[in-house]
Amino acid sequence: MKEGYPVNLPEHLDPSHSFQGLILILQNYWAKYGCAILQPYDMEMGAGTFHPATTLRALGLKPWKAAYVQPSRRPSDGRYGENPNRLQHYYQFQVLLKPSPPDLQKLYLGSLQAIGLNTDLHDIRFVEDDWESPTLGAWGLGWECWCDGMEISQFTYFQQVCGIECSPVSGELTYGLERIAMYLQGVDSIYDLNFNGQTGRNRISYGDIFRQAEQEYSRFNFEFADTDLLYRHFIDAERECAAILAAGEPKEPGGLHLCVLPAYDQCIKASHVFNLLQARGVISATERQRYILRVRNLARQCGRAFLQTEAGGTYNAESAR
Amino acid sequence: MPDLLLELFSEEIPARIQRKAAGDLKNLVTKKLVDAGLIYEAAREYWTPCRLTLDIRGLTTKSGEIQKERKGPSINAPKAAIDGFLHAAKLDDISKAEIATDPKKGDYYIIRTICHGRKAQEIIADVLPDIIYNFPWPKSMRWGVTSAKPGALRWIRPLHSILCLFSTNTESEIIDFEIGDIRSSNVTYGHRFMSSFKPIAVHRFSDYAIKLEKAKVILDANRRKEIILTDARNLSFAQGLNLVEDEDLAEEVAGLVEWPVVLMGEFEERFLVIPPEIIRLTIRTNQKCFVTRKPNEKNNLSNHFILVSNIEAKDGGKEVAAGNGKIVRARIADALYFWRTDQMPLPDLNRLSASAERFKLDLKKPLDQRMARLDHLHVTFHTKLGTQGARVTRIAALAAKIAPLVSINAKLVRRAAVLAKADLQTEVVTEFPELQGIMGHKYALLQGESKNVSQAIEDHYKPQGPTDAVPHEPISIIVALADKIDTLVGFWLINERPTSSKDPYALRRAALGVIRLALAQEWNIHLMPLLQEAVQLLICHLVEHNLAAYEQRLLSDNTSELNRVQDISNAVSLQKRKYEKELIAKANLVLQDLLCFFHDRLKIYLREEGTPYDAINAVLTPQTDNFQQIVRRIEALIIFINTDNGKKLLGCAKRAANILDVETRKKTVIAEMVKPTQFLRKEEIVLYNAIIKAEKKIAPILAEGDFSAALTSLASLREPVDLFFEKIQINDKDITIRANRLALLARVRALMIQVADFSKLAG
Repeated sequence: MKEGYPVNLPEHLDPSHSFQGLILILQNYWAKYGCAILQPYDMEMGAGTFHPATTLRALGLKPWKAAYVQPSRRPSDGRYGENPNRLQHYYQFQVLLKPSPPDLQKLYLGSLQAIGLNTDLHDIRFVEDDWESPTLGAWGLGWECWCDGMEISQFTYFQQVCGIECSPVSGELTYGLERIAMYLQGVDSIYDLNFNGQTGRNRISYGDIFRQAEQEYSRFNFEFADTDLLYRHFIDAERECAAILAAGEPKEPGGLHLCVLPAYDQCIKASHVFNLLQARGVISATERQRYILRVRNLARQCGRAFLQTEAGGTYNAESAR
Repeated sequence: MPDLLLELFSEEIPARIQRKAAGDLKNLVTKKLVDAGLIYEAAREYWTPCRLTLDIRGLTTKSGEIQKERKGPSINAPKAAIDGFLHAAKLDDISKAEIATDPKKGDYYIIRTICHGRKAQEIIADVLPDIIYNFPWPKSMRWGVTSAKPGALRWIRPLHSILCLFSTNTESEIIDFEIGDIRSSNVTYGHRFMSSFKPIAVHRFSDYAIKLEKAKVILDANRRKEIILTDARNLSFAQGLNLVEDEDLAEEVAGLVEWPVVLMGEFEERFLVIPPEIIRLTIRTNQKCFVTRKPNEKNNLSNHFILVSNIEAKDGGKEVAAGNGKIVRARIADALYFWRTDQMPLPDLNRLSASAERFKLDLKKPLDQRMARLDHLHVTFHTKLGTQGARVTRIAALAAKIAPLVSINAKLVRRAAVLAKADLQTEVVTEFPELQGIMGHKYALLQGESKNVSQAIEDHYKPQGPTDAVPHEPISIIVALADKIDTLVGFWLINERPTSSKDPYALRRAALGVIRLALAQEWNIHLMPLLQEAVQLLICHLVEHNLAAYEQRLLSDNTSELNRVQDISNAVSLQKRKYEKELIAKANLVLQDLLCFFHDRLKIYLREEGTPYDAINAVLTPQTDNFQQIVRRIEALIIFINTDNGKKLLGCAKRAANILDVETRKKTVIAEMVKPTQFLRKEEIVLYNAIIKAEKKIAPILAEGDFSAALTSLASLREPVDLFFEKIQINDKDITIRANRLALLARVRALMIQVADFSKLAG
């Protein structure tokens, strides 16, 4: 057992040879800190930030602490299972703390110790990164966190989400799980990662689980996806989002919005369809900008509506000012 | 005298802005202290990733008395204005104000208050919060609980502590103030990993710097940079390699570490098949590492690189170097993938066939496919100037016009122009935009383009600035000229000219580029016809752009009576002719303005080359559009006026010009034409004959462009002009005779101005 483990984990969960062990330790670490440990959102999305537990919960006054794994889909990053470092589907571990605690850097470094990255041996660096998500209308300042030159996390103080100023500011941590695991396990290819921490015949590798998926999805993303259908899906999602928001409008001024989360699902969907269209290479530069603006417009409307809900946290006597 | 030590300790500040921020802090604090009446002997700023530090020495302990004046309204101002003034000045009665007199404004109220000397500590505590709250960060942020409150402190990254000490040799006190939830103190913090990261109490700068160094922080960025460069050179040398020096990278890395430790990493030699520019950029941009070369190698890199760690690792840096090596390898593997992908066919070639047709592209070749895709995807160049595809069409057409002027094969020029922007669609250039042109050159060679066509793809972006080399190959020069002329004329037509402070499209650089390109070879090119050609090529696009907007307006305008499709289409075609006319009418003025801009650039360029200003002015006329010719003329003129004949002729010319100027000012009558019948003296006749002879001789010489010969012919006027001045009284009593003599002089001047305006020459 390495120092800094929060709990006594059995050998097969040691992150130096278990991908799922890495996830469990991060979950334990942030659970101990008081985060709600959520499960992945059940939709395709480009990053953990799209999860409503981050995007929407970063809005409004109510404090929030959550951590979760989110599968992230980046259709353009598909390499037919042939590149040892790039995948069109991978995992992010996401932490959102609202408001950002004063010792967030220390907490983050503590989590690295917990998974076995010893700061006496490894060079951890905070390298400038102004984070921006044009589709979400979001930006923040923070860093890429480097371990021996490798980016292992994103560390962001959200300033704006859905085009709305964050008040208060949330701290967001995004761990690139495969990268960290490759480092801890000392392998050069994602596919060689030991997923379940077992040895011999019981060992299940990352490649066993995902290589075929990477090949198939690469074909789909780059070659087979029906672009006409995707165009239609995009328009449908866009319309549905607006329709749901309109239907849920507060009945009286200052009343609660009744239907934001289902509308936001459509925003997530539109964003993913757009990513697929881009992977198919059918979107020109000017069109690309237009699509981004259209998704951002959905995100803005959802964000504004969310502020009028209970969880949006501004619906109380205090906010009536 | 006491010293002031200020440290603002925060989370990691972006490397590229640390130096400027520390400088801003020094300037702001010293300025405010001086404004408040304090004096200091010296101030120096420091910075590390986590802190901005200011060390001010020899500060006065108290400010001197300052008299402050507050000017008020006129004594005749309405009561409301006077009340407002009293209120702002916190006075209860106007009798407490003095009355001052201004010759223009008349009498007005003024309040003079004497500010008594304040203690330095008080002043410092007073000015610092203001500076910190309003610090000029290019981009700043809020954080934590306080971020929900209005007026919350903004900083580049969360600010954690403020050390502020006012110290003498024996004493040291904290200057007490609060900012948000931070209260100033006497503590700092060491290295995040290599010290305990517990508060360190300090007294003054001397123990501050020493204690920081003990806690593994080197405060001085220049020293960190020196350590990085020296150790990097030594480590390379020890491995039999040379460091590829990189000042900017060293500066950036010095801003990423508080305790630099230089290590070496490596990657597999097989990756060295990738062009060295790509390897270097990959390693530099993404990993902030230095590359090395074997001795005797000029371009090729070695497979060893230099990295800078922020810690002295317990294992001597083995893990750190191995980890960096791994990620560099992954990055280079990506680069290799990009490099190879760019040489492979694109999918769905069918959709590119229309674009291929338009540019006569060969879709079997990878770079041709990229150009087709650039056109096909309608990638924008500028919203008002259209797509990259349209731009390439124009550049190719313009280049094809230039080629025959200098007897170069237009087909090759066209080919180079058509491929010039193709690499914008390659993976490598998408990843590293600074490799545009360079990659096009390499890929063109790989697909069998000729050497000079390939070279032109790289060189058409040149020269990038006053010191950047000008290409030698004629094809490169032609495409570079066409590219820059299209840019300049385009932005001029949409009225996007550079201002004194802004030149976002680098149009000054482009104009200077055109000048240097035009001068690169012994080419006799007139610029104006090329500018006009560029206008023709652009007009069609601009008209379409305007029309689209016009049609949109018509369609969305419900109140308009034009609601039928037919009406709108008629209105649009009417408008089309109108726009075309407008643009063509406007174009001449625009081009004249652009030519004037070229002249300004040319003057600056020539002056920097050491050409005397007066010689440039003597030769340059508003119509000048042949830079090669102008430069030759200037050279010939300078040589000529330094000869004996030249000096004397200059004297004559100036004398003639002076007399004419004086008489013009006196409104003396000067005959419009010289009448030989009115000559009284032999000298007049001789001069007249000399003029006629010279005029006949000079016209064809000038047409041929033999400026030297023209000057020599002018020299034949010197003696007759001299004699004329010597023997003849111009101011004859007879008005007609005088007018005729002045006309003779005017004729001399007119003749000389055809060659050069001698009156503008000094001496």
